[in-house]
Amino acid sequence: MSGSVLEVKNLHVSIEDKEILKGVDLTIKGGEFHAVMGPNGTGKSTLASAIMGHPKYEITEGSITLDGEDVLEMEVDERARAGLFLAMQYPSEISGVTTSDFLRSAINAKREEGDEIPLMKFIKKLDKDLDYLDIDQNMATRYLNEGFSGGEKKRNEILQLMQLEPNIAILDEIDSGLDIDALKVVSKGINQMRSDNFGCLIITHYQRLLNYITPDFVHVMMQGRVVKSGGPELAKRLEAEGYEWIKEELGIEDEETAEQNA
Amino acid sequence: MTVETKLSFNQEYIQAFSKERNEPGWMATLRSKALEMADSLEMPKPDKTKISNWNFTDFQHSYKEAAKIASLDELPEELKEYFDEDASMENLYIQRNQTAAYNSLAQKLQDKGVIFTDIFTAVREHSELVEKYYMNDAVAVDQNRLTALHAALMNGGVFVYVPKNVQVEEPLQAIFWQEDNSSALLNHVLVVAEEGSSLTYVENYISHNDTEENVANLVTEVFAHDNAQVAYGAVDNFAAGTTTYVNRRGVAKRDARIDWALGQMNDGNTVSENITYLMEDNSASEAKAVSVGRGKQTQNFTSSIRQFGKETDAYILQRGVMKGSASTIFNAIGKIEHGGTKSNSEQESRVLMLSEKSRGDANPILLIDEDDVTAGHAASVGRVDPLQMYYLMSRGLEREEAERLVIHGFLAPVVAQIPIESVRKQLTQVIERKVY
Ligand SMILES: Nc1ncnc2c1ncn2[C@@H]1O[C@H](COP(=O)(O)OP(=O)(O)OP(=O)(O)O)[C@@H](O)[C@H]1O
Ligand SMILES: [Mg+2]
Repeated sequence: MSGSVLEVKNLHVSIEDKEILKGVDLTIKGGEFHAVMGPNGTGKSTLASAIMGHPKYEITEGSITLDGEDVLEMEVDERARAGLFLAMQYPSEISGVTTSDFLRSAINAKREEGDEIPLMKFIKKLDKDLDYLDIDQNMATRYLNEGFSGGEKKRNEILQLMQLEPNIAILDEIDSGLDIDALKVVSKGINQMRSDNFGCLIITHYQRLLNYITPDFVHVMMQGRVVKSGGPELAKRLEAEGYEWIKEELGIEDEETAEQNA
Repeated sequence: MTVETKLSFNQEYIQAFSKERNEPGWMATLRSKALEMADSLEMPKPDKTKISNWNFTDFQHSYKEAAKIASLDELPEELKEYFDEDASMENLYIQRNQTAAYNSLAQKLQDKGVIFTDIFTAVREHSELVEKYYMNDAVAVDQNRLTALHAALMNGGVFVYVPKNVQVEEPLQAIFWQEDNSSALLNHVLVVAEEGSSLTYVENYISHNDTEENVANLVTEVFAHDNAQVAYGAVDNFAAGTTTYVNRRGVAKRDARIDWALGQMNDGNTVSENITYLMEDNSASEAKAVSVGRGKQTQNFTSSIRQFGKETDAYILQRGVMKGSASTIFNAIGKIEHGGTKSNSEQESRVLMLSEKSRGDANPILLIDEDDVTAGHAASVGRVDPLQMYYLMSRGLEREEAERLVIHGFLAPVVAQIPIESVRKQLTQVIERKVY
């Protein structure tokens, strides 16, 4: 089987009656790495949440499909089992549930009843991935994300990515709060996933992550739209010059000013 | 429904009952006085739960002796879940209805003077010892009408005694199995840990009367002498037909510790009091309890630790899950008495609501009569966090499975404290059954 295709078309998303996404188009195919950049509050996490099915976000227009299937018709868990994964900007803490119990349940959720992953196989793979990501073994027996440092939570998200092997992953600021060594380790984990069967959308503010993970495409989001797309050089220019030049080039006004002018 | 409050037991009945069991004079007298008092004493008054319509007093008391259990193999499968299959159950008491049906205690413990036997044998063979503790300093006969009724009509239970400086490493386990749905259980558990001793005790109450009405009136008294340690675990699992009053009390002396882990899984209406007295300096107690309320049941749980000694340490933890139209009140009462300087009293009560119609209240109460102390409390009543659900489901877990994980996680701090693994597993299964 070759890779999946995630297609977002003319996506409009509101939260509490405020329109955040105002027509986003984006296609991610297996084998491709996309980066999404953009100023704070422009809707990057909203896009990620809408794709995964966060309960607070309302889709008012547009479509999301995965290999032609209507994602918006699916429950959150169905989306995951269809092959989507979201490494969250702020992962929840689940008290009383160990990381390893949770992972095993999640792996088995994707498998048929009666075809659960053998315990030894699970443990072996978990140990290997923990090792690969330089994560202390005891994290597996700690409660999921409870009391984890910011960086530990991010590593844990990548651990889950490696364990669950989705077809399309969205990584929302996976680099925030990581020290330099952790950044390398996490990038290593993500790069290891690279294959024709794996497509990835990386939301980030910084070029430094993209130094380790070279994207095939870079998109800039502003005011709820993808306003510019390009190759890896676009990210480098953003790092050097910020977003002002894009606004000028495209004639984008700041929202407050726009409202005043209206 | 109005309940006949006049008691249907008389002195002749009770004296005959006592005599049949060859009880010593003090016990016969205690029963008789208790019955006299019962008529005039008030019912317990659990805070915020109205129990005037509950039937605690009209029940059948007489019973036929049940058959003994010659070998554990003959027990129904469902009961075998309660003990560790691998571990040889050396220290086990099984009470079938009101009858001591099976009892074993490791030889090496017997040699050290440990006693683990049914309450009737204990009353006969260790009369003085039992008399010294039985319904004196922990649960008073005249505390209320139900404690008096209990004293008058006690018809089952177990006695645990650990002599000075004896450490009992393996848990002692008691299973109170109500196979017969018709006669009430007035069970008495008495645990005495002498100076410097330690033990772990775990009990299960089981019944199957989903529709037939019955009554359970249970008393536990735990005494931890200087520097003794008692870990007490329980899983109460009476069926919907049983109305339960359970009163578990502990008395801790200097440097002693009593820890409770209570799985309160009854399906019927329940009033539960768990009170520990930290009488002397540097004594400590943790009182942890979980409950799942379902159907139409109403429950009231009070966990209280009263601190008299100096530098005592108390921690109350209550966790409840409510579904259906169940209604449950959790009262956590920490009390530091005058003179209990440098003591610490902490408590946490949390209730998770799974349905619109259920009701759960957490009432944290701190009563402090001393200045130089530390105390803290936390209480919350809430629903399953939709963001937690979203997070778990985003990894492919179905809604029900995600909720199951959240609920088990929520109850884990108490469940993990249940001392015997099989009982812990069994409690987890009961939780599963009750939640789904
Ligand atoms: N729960 C909410 N209630 C109200 N407004 C919200 C809510 N969540 C997001 N928003 C608003 O939606 C807009 C887009 O937020 P979003 O999190 O998608 O931005 P972002 O591009 O990911 O920003 P950042 O780079 O800071 O992570 C912001 O203005 C934010 O305030
Ligand atoms: Mg964001």
